[in-house]
Amino acid sequence: MSPDLLKLIFGRLGFESLPLHEPIVVGTFVVVALGGAALLGGLTYFRLWGYLWREWFTTVDHKRIGIMYMILGIVMLLRGFADALMMRGQQMLAFGGSEGYLNAHHYDQVFTAHGVIMIFFVAMPLVTGLMNYVVPLQIGARDVSFPFLNNFSFWMTVGGAVLVMASLFIGEFARTGWLAYPPLSNIGYSPDVGVDYYIWALQVAGVGTTLSGINLICTIVKLRCPGMTMMKMPVFTWTSLCTNVLIVASFPVLTVVLALLSLDRYVGTNFFTNDFGGSPMMYVNLIWIWGHPEVYILVLPAFGIFSEVTSTFSGKRLFGYTSMVYATVVITILSYLVWLHHFFTMGSGASVNSFFGITTMIISIPTGAKMFNWLFTMYRGRIRYELPMMWTIAFMLTFVIGGMTGVLLAVPPADFVLHNSLFLIAHFHNVIIGGVVFGAFAGISYWFPKAFGFRLDPFWGKLSFWFWVTGFYLAFMPLYVLGLMGVTRRLRVFDDPSLQIWFIIAAIGAGLVLLGIMCMLMQFAVSFLRREQLKDVTGDPWDARTLEWATSSPPPDYNFAFTPVVHDNDAWWDMKRRGYQRPLTGFKPIHMPSSTGTGIILAGLATAMGFGLIWYMWWLAALSFIAMLAVGIGHTFNYHRDFDIPAEDVIRTEDARTKLLAGAK
Amino acid sequence: MTVAVNPSQTGEPVFYLADEHPHPEGWSTSLGFWIYLMSDCLIFAILFATFGVLGGNYAAGPAPKDLFDLDLVAVNTSMLLLSSITYGFAMLTMQQNKVAQTQVWLAITGLFGLAFIGIELTEFAHMIHEGATPQRSAFLSAFFTLVGTHGLHVSCGLIWLVTLMVQVGKFGLIEANRRRLMCLSMFWHFLDVVWIGVFTFVYLLGVLR
Amino acid sequence: MSTNSHAAHAEDHHHEGGHAHGTFSSYMLGFVLSVVLTAIPFWLVMSGALPSKQVTALVIMAFAVVQIVVHMIYFLHMNATSENGWTMMALIFTIVMVVIALSGSLWVMSHLNTNMMPMHQMSGMK
Repeated sequence: MSPDLLKLIFGRLGFESLPLHEPIVVGTFVVVALGGAALLGGLTYFRLWGYLWREWFTTVDHKRIGIMYMILGIVMLLRGFADALMMRGQQMLAFGGSEGYLNAHHYDQVFTAHGVIMIFFVAMPLVTGLMNYVVPLQIGARDVSFPFLNNFSFWMTVGGAVLVMASLFIGEFARTGWLAYPPLSNIGYSPDVGVDYYIWALQVAGVGTTLSGINLICTIVKLRCPGMTMMKMPVFTWTSLCTNVLIVASFPVLTVVLALLSLDRYVGTNFFTNDFGGSPMMYVNLIWIWGHPEVYILVLPAFGIFSEVTSTFSGKRLFGYTSMVYATVVITILSYLVWLHHFFTMGSGASVNSFFGITTMIISIPTGAKMFNWLFTMYRGRIRYELPMMWTIAFMLTFVIGGMTGVLLAVPPADFVLHNSLFLIAHFHNVIIGGVVFGAFAGISYWFPKAFGFRLDPFWGKLSFWFWVTGFYLAFMPLYVLGLMGVTRRLRVFDDPSLQIWFIIAAIGAGLVLLGIMCMLMQFAVSFLRREQLKDVTGDPWDARTLEWATSSPPPDYNFAFTPVVHDNDAWWDMKRRGYQRPLTGFKPIHMPSSTGTGIILAGLATAMGFGLIWYMWWLAALSFIAMLAVGIGHTFNYHRDFDIPAEDVIRTEDARTKLLAGAK
Repeated sequence: MTVAVNPSQTGEPVFYLADEHPHPEGWSTSLGFWIYLMSDCLIFAILFATFGVLGGNYAAGPAPKDLFDLDLVAVNTSMLLLSSITYGFAMLTMQQNKVAQTQVWLAITGLFGLAFIGIELTEFAHMIHEGATPQRSAFLSAFFTLVGTHGLHVSCGLIWLVTLMVQVGKFGLIEANRRRLMCLSMFWHFLDVVWIGVFTFVYLLGVLR
Repeated sequence: MSTNSHAAHAEDHHHEGGHAHGTFSSYMLGFVLSVVLTAIPFWLVMSGALPSKQVTALVIMAFAVVQIVVHMIYFLHMNATSENGWTMMALIFTIVMVVIALSGSLWVMSHLNTNMMPMHQMSGMK
């Protein structure tokens, strides 16, 4: 074929785009391909495709979508963590003239991919998954406000993840750091596909995130059960509301910034260039207007999880509910006023830096209030040290350290010394792992029995916990030291041999975290095998307090046979205390949304469009765009999106539960 | 329904609704759509901020004074304003359940919208022809992106309008279609509000500068 | 955030929880007002009626704000009660965010330009 025709069809994509010269990538590809083939073969052999498509891919059930988000987050955690191990290994080895084992081209992709994956495709799915699963149950609703949109949002997030994963084997990923600052990310300095993968992966996933934010806000505002006033909502629901408000108020900013960057790259505009009046610093300014709220988007739901866990496992009502709510709201607003602390060194001058330094320090006040609320909840409580509570305690200790180093960094003169150093790296891993990751793990072990009907095995869980916590401290405390000694981030080789010992300690820490992750996977496997012993028939294995524990584990499709009526903050606790009798008769048909494949099709087309744009396959981009429009409009011609679960089915499900409960006594 | 929240006559607390009605279809739609518009509002806010910061960087190229034709902008603005009031009439006739008249007003709205897009494209073409391309300076990049994004929104609104006209023609003014017309109404008037910002901050202040 | 005003939304299940509707006269009033509020700024700029540019700029910005309010009330039917006040709440929150992002960016970037590009004022960039 003629080169012109090839270029028309494949754009920039050619055989030389495949990273065949990188043995590590080829090895990974072989492993992934074999694993993938085994998985696909297994699914085909056991004839699971139809089941997966009907019951999972096309489902609009918030519970299943929530579980799929969690699976996505955990799978991507493995990828992101592999990147982390590679970095730790490289930095441990590259001393005394050694170049380590990663070349600069590959190493730069690894640290970029690590950051992007961990934030967008691990932390976000884990947080969104938990909110999706728990919020409708906590407010006594049957589903979210827009169930189809929920399915679509999930698949858009997957689409973004697929693009990032594709970059590993087809072409390359960005080499710019996780926020892709121009001018480095402009076409002049990054002419290849890496940054384009970055842009389109985040744009596709970002649409999903924004829509799921709108969806959950509406759900919380419009679908609360009777009696649940705003100040009777569980704290996790409150933090979810604030998180989703932040999502809706900040992700559009990311969308615009990336769109402007792509205009610079594709059309040749001059937003963030050095010529023709462009300003690269404007990019930094804008992306942090999104970026700072983003960290609160991640951590607020974690705060909610810790609140639920602390009060449940202390056997007490949460101390200072009202102050907790106000602290959350104040953090929501303040998180929008601090973005400049990410670039104090840019040179905006003393007045600007002082303003943002002070607002940053103020945020520690509501956060500290929360910490005291948790401590006072535990005070004189009968604390049960189950796994979720252990994660919570580890969080409290770790997060306080991270918070204090954060206040340190908020002082502009100190930041001038520590900016872009490993001290900063240690700080944000300290708050994100200590806050978000521990929070997600606390949430997973807390709500797992609700989702699957059996508890997680405590032995492997505790093993994983201790590996994670000690591994975390070993991996990141040395980075504080190194940062104070002036080591900057993203370095590939080092000259000063006296630093090596700290990197070795950090690598050992990363190794321990690896053991922690393996124990966690083991925990899932063992729990599944021992599911009969670990079974939860009551629906309330922890003697908990909020509404999600009022229904069975796992909950029926319709969540609640009758919509609950709430009289107290701790609704389920109140019901148990006042002798609530589960209704056994009078069931009626229940109106529910029906499944649809439109979400996954649209997201698939969006991903194809992204792929086309990345590789300059304009025909593919145009075709997928037109197809998206057609499918989207076609979907609006379907006016029958609901069905009724017949009363007989409800009766059968509820009778089964009655039998189960009788057996439990 | 209210009774359920309070303790029942016997004094026993009520913990569930024995006799409930599901939320009507589209119970959350108008709030959800409003929240979407708010997120869209932030998209425009950031584009305005970009224009505000970069809008003075002409890079020795043309400035607003050399480029903007306020007469044309005034005509364009009136197109959008007229389309707003005609959409309002469409909503009024919809409330009176008059299908044909609703369709007519929707069509008129669409024509005004089309005229708006046409004039905008003419303006763009004229500017590009004179060498004032989006690549010429940061000011022009920001200008084309801000005004273009608004135009893109109006175009999406037009596609939506046509879709809705087909659906109203096919299924009549059923509840679902009324809800959709209401959402499009919010979208359309929202774009009008954004345009107030555009003609004031981009065109009028630009010429004053 | 409002605390306990919308206790049981079950109550308003049966009537429209959505937006308020306009009437012919409210639409016409809104239209006439916005025509006037559009025409005056255009006239001010095109005729140069006011002596100083700063004054003109301030006046037309004031007109824009008023016109936005007019559109909000007469075309978007904003009021404090629709959706139990949630639309108003969302709007106020968004306005706060927009003000922060806009003024913050302008403030930060202008300080940056003053500090980091001292040549800016005298160079022939404009």
